[in-house]
Amino acid sequence: MYVAVKGGETAIAHSLDLVADKRRGDRDVPELSLDQIDQQLGLAVDRVMTEGSCYDRTLAALAIKQARGDLIEAIFLLRAYRTTLPRFGASEPLDTTRMVAERRISSTFKDVPGGQVLGPTYDYTHRLLDFSLAAAGERAEAPIAPADATHALPRVGDILQRDGLLEPPPSRNHGEARDLTRDPLVLPASRPLRLQNLARGDEGFLLALGYSTQRGYGNNHPFVGEIRYGHVPVSFVPEELGFAIEIGEIDVTECDMVNQFAGSHDVPPQFTRGYGLAFGHAERKAMAMALVDRALRAEELGEAVTSPAQDEEFVLAHSDNVEASGFVQHLKLPHYVDFQSELVVVRALRAEVEKRLEQAALAQAAE
Amino acid sequence: MPDTTIRDTSSQDAAYNYAYLDEQTKRMIRRAILKAVAVPGYQVPFGGREMPLPYGWGTGGIQVTAALIGRDDTLKVIDQGADDTTNAVSIRRFFARVAQVATTTHTGEATIIQTRHRVPETPLTDGQILVFQVPIPEPLRMLEPRETETRTLHALSEYGVMQVSLYESIARHGRIAKTYNYPVMVNGRYIMSPSPIPKFDNPKLDRSPALQLYGAGREKRIYAVPPHTPVKSLDFDDHPFEIETWTECCALCGSTESFLDEMIVDDTGKRLFVCSDTDYCESRR
Amino acid sequence: MSTTLLAPGLADLSHDAQRLFRGVLDAFSHPGRIVELRDAPAGPGTLSPAAVAFLLTFADRETPLWLEAGVDKQEVRDFLRFHAGTPIVQAREAATFAVIIGGGGEPFAGFAIGTDTYPDRAATLVIEVPALDGGRDTTWRGPGIDGAVRVAIDGLGEGFWPAWAANHALFPCGVDLVFASGSRLIALPRSVAVEA
Repeated sequence: MYVAVKGGETAIAHSLDLVADKRRGDRDVPELSLDQIDQQLGLAVDRVMTEGSCYDRTLAALAIKQARGDLIEAIFLLRAYRTTLPRFGASEPLDTTRMVAERRISSTFKDVPGGQVLGPTYDYTHRLLDFSLAAAGERAEAPIAPADATHALPRVGDILQRDGLLEPPPSRNHGEARDLTRDPLVLPASRPLRLQNLARGDEGFLLALGYSTQRGYGNNHPFVGEIRYGHVPVSFVPEELGFAIEIGEIDVTECDMVNQFAGSHDVPPQFTRGYGLAFGHAERKAMAMALVDRALRAEELGEAVTSPAQDEEFVLAHSDNVEASGFVQHLKLPHYVDFQSELVVVRALRAEVEKRLEQAALAQAAE
Repeated sequence: MPDTTIRDTSSQDAAYNYAYLDEQTKRMIRRAILKAVAVPGYQVPFGGREMPLPYGWGTGGIQVTAALIGRDDTLKVIDQGADDTTNAVSIRRFFARVAQVATTTHTGEATIIQTRHRVPETPLTDGQILVFQVPIPEPLRMLEPRETETRTLHALSEYGVMQVSLYESIARHGRIAKTYNYPVMVNGRYIMSPSPIPKFDNPKLDRSPALQLYGAGREKRIYAVPPHTPVKSLDFDDHPFEIETWTECCALCGSTESFLDEMIVDDTGKRLFVCSDTDYCESRR
Repeated sequence: MSTTLLAPGLADLSHDAQRLFRGVLDAFSHPGRIVELRDAPAGPGTLSPAAVAFLLTFADRETPLWLEAGVDKQEVRDFLRFHAGTPIVQAREAATFAVIIGGGGEPFAGFAIGTDTYPDRAATLVIEVPALDGGRDTTWRGPGIDGAVRVAIDGLGEGFWPAWAANHALFPCGVDLVFASGSRLIALPRSVAVEA
């Protein structure tokens, strides 16, 4: 009987063996390679890199493999690895006008400088299961137009901004943004800190919140000013050089949401921005993030804060799926000491009530 | 008594720094610990790191222990009072692996005791450090969910909301029905969550000769109770604080003074009571 | 001359810092207790080994340091910049840590005392004194002390204890102190009341 809680060490060792065994599955089925995950489950890799705050396709693929496809577990694995990495500093801000875009759309103008580029999207696929994928067989490569890396791709927002119709983006004088993974979140948070939190935030959580703003819980009348996806160079200023050098290229999805703003006594009506950015190709995430970013600016823009998506403390404190997953699942840990304390009190309270009822019944019978 | 300390140096990971955390992170946590000791019961925000164990499973306590621990230490880890519950085993293995530290199950031999949900029955002594794992550090959180609000309430010592909540419990149940995570007043200034220990353990916090450190990883807070510091469980003159009592004694060691766990031993619901503190129980048999 | 050899820092970064931290933590947990820091490095200039040990244990790029003129020597700056990467600041209010000699005048004026909502954002001052005993008798009471403890730190200015009383009255705000002499130190957190 009492031995039931003993032997924890052996039980853990066996559990570790079992989970490794489950991960591998039937040995007659060939094992997945990291390249296969990277190439054929690329959107899963993108999500794990985004919410894991670490741009490394191979590590993200490894995490997905180790987690048996549980993306939140994979995000956790990647983050726990990321914490142990040395920090060399912060890169220069990405200049997404230098993006070599594979896809770029605006829903506010029929045509825009640089053109609309539909690119790879599920948007116009008919969601019919493609049974040809169930069988092995190679697919011919799609024709790809050569990307034009020589021309800058102006942002739609910048064009609106020139006419004063859209607010300018925030200036850079916030100073260097604090790093959420090094400093605790302090509220109220600045917008750079909020965006950092949202970028790491759970896609499902942001999607539901963004959706709620469209259903009247903090409506901000959004239009997709622009979504672009492609490669952007990353620059870094090494201390010893003192000037920026390009250290590589990453894929990002950027969403500039344009929202109505009624204006106020002193400010003429103009459009305002909500911003979303994610690693890889992640339009749903970038759009949801942009909706929530705009909703969280309610107070700054003098709007009434009435809905969950506008509530900074609520959103920022609950967006992180590694935190949420850990705390929800910690309920699996033994709580029998606390439960015992509760049992003692509930029994005592029940005894008192039963005694009272008994006495009342006796008094009634005596009348 | 046989020497029960175990030193495991076989499986240390060369890839990680001593005690897992890098030195800069340890310095940051150590600074937070000093401020926590200087302002007893106040929750110091710290840059909690992502640990290789899940949030809610002791990441705060683990970070505090990692900042404290050295080669001269002997570590004891308990969960629910027991050294052999799975999470206690897992955390002990973590430190044996990353800090090559000696571990023990004997309360008296430990220099650092990391705990979840209990304070050992054996009285602690000067020089020992008790590290609590804390899920929700804010004692007012269930009464006021906003951090910005609770921070102000602490700043102003405005604790009426807690008094009202305890009083409502008396009005409804005839007593304060809170049984664990029972709020305390530290040194007459800050209301503090003692972590979800049963209220049975609250008196052990009062003027303890050991240093108490509390770590909340997910919520990124560290707080402390220095040795010999008054820790008072909140109550009312006409409803003084009381601890749990049992009519049974421990089925294994016969103790009538320790916190007992209840076990259901057969299909008819037959019950057995045994000490939750396994080291205490074994030392009495 | 600029070719002076830099004094060595901690011999074993990880383990020395851990041991020194535990010494300082012991001191903070037991105000008034004299704690001997084994293996405190000698350090540069007039800094005591205890002060050097404290700074190398706690200071880094994120903790601006203020030095009183008597300690603020080039060799001290070079040493702390090299071993800790600590920025040295002129403004007292910007400092996380400070080194002060003797604590004369208004020793705590201008240093960060934290705020009511964030009392932890307060400075810790290291005060260099000739000796931790043999000075004026004082009685300390507060968290970490079993009843009361008698402390007789030597070499403090006349106005020092009244200034401490004012600092203690700010609780939970206020600065925290470390008295350093040779390789020994005593901590005095703001929570402790001193009867002088």
